[in-house]
Amino acid sequence: MGPFGPQPSKRHMTARIDRPLSPHLQTYRWTLTMVLSIINRVTGVVLYFGTLLLAWWLIAASSGPGAYASVQAFTGSFIGRIIVFGYTWALLQHLLGGIRHFMWDLGYGFKPTEREALSWVALIGGISLTVLLWIAAYAIGGGR
Amino acid sequence: MVEFALPKNSKITGGKTWPKPAGATETREFRVYRWNPDDGKNPSVDTYHIDTAECGPMVLDGLIWIKNHIDPTLTFRRSCREGVCGSCAMNIDGQNTLACTRSMHDVKDGAVKVNPLPHQPVVKDLVPDLTNFYAQYASIEPWLKTTTPTPQKEWKQSHADREKLDGLYECILCACCSTSCPSYWWNSDRFLGPAALLQATRWVKDSRDEATGERLDNLEDPFRLYRCHTIMNCAKACPKGLNPSEAIAELKLKMVERQI
Repeated sequence: MGPFGPQPSKRHMTARIDRPLSPHLQTYRWTLTMVLSIINRVTGVVLYFGTLLLAWWLIAASSGPGAYASVQAFTGSFIGRIIVFGYTWALLQHLLGGIRHFMWDLGYGFKPTEREALSWVALIGGISLTVLLWIAAYAIGGGR
Repeated sequence: MVEFALPKNSKITGGKTWPKPAGATETREFRVYRWNPDDGKNPSVDTYHIDTAECGPMVLDGLIWIKNHIDPTLTFRRSCREGVCGSCAMNIDGQNTLACTRSMHDVKDGAVKVNPLPHQPVVKDLVPDLTNFYAQYASIEPWLKTTTPTPQKEWKQSHADREKLDGLYECILCACCSTSCPSYWWNSDRFLGPAALLQATRWVKDSRDEATGERLDNLEDPFRLYRCHTIMNCAKACPKGLNPSEAIAELKLKMVERQI
């Protein structure tokens, strides 16, 4: 018995028949809110790795010029910049996604037009803020 | 459990293409999920062509036309044919809806693809086994619970209190919402799903009900209520235009409110 009564596999009806599971991800048409939900989950996981990177940078900064220089060499390299760029996007995307969820948790933004608008704002906002931040960073000389 | 791929016995293999109706000038292609418990084979997708001049506009009309004119073994549930009973809920063109209220002419690009409600055990063809779904509905105890003595006549309710049930009482339990929810796909053994939670909200908000605290206690669980991640497929799928995700948000708010 499961919490809601007999489980599917243990049911009288299905006991002797190996019933197939109907298609789900294979057939369901993707929706914007579904995509944003997955992005929020993925960026949340990415932040764990980004935080490791941040910790590495801080530990190196406190342990001396040599260690700091080697972290700078990595984050300054082409691959390093791509990783840091990805981390910036994950951070900002997750932040905006979080604000979106916060609004929903307060009970706002459930109308069909509102939920789509909130999702587009989070998606476009996350990408544009990331690009803007990097333009600003290069403009003040962060790229050198 | 999150399993993105279908189990071995559920993979769709092949399918039959039935001949076009003779003498038809305008036809529409239907691709319909088939599974027969008696032949021991995997599910398949059969292709049919219906004569649109001889058939009504709805997807259900098309399915009935196929059953009457091409293949009498095609199995599906239907009853009211006007969006009241919820029997013909299925996945049409990648979205859960009622076959009786979705026009086949609103389905764009080519064939009309018809599948059973997602991530359910299949009884036959388009008929899913909804036993778990109904058990979940029963688990929220969808009836008026009171402790004060029963009045001589009816339990009274003001117009304003009655209006609080709008958008909740109209649910026909077709299961379009619950089976559209990815969170429900992965956790339907423990997560109640949008339909049962919308009904839980309906009873929590009923001014006549005196078991609100008990009802909320029953939902205070990491899975039963909180597996809702506001993915919103439920609200998009509901053929009655209801909003289960909003109802669930109200429940989550009530959980917080009663603690402060």
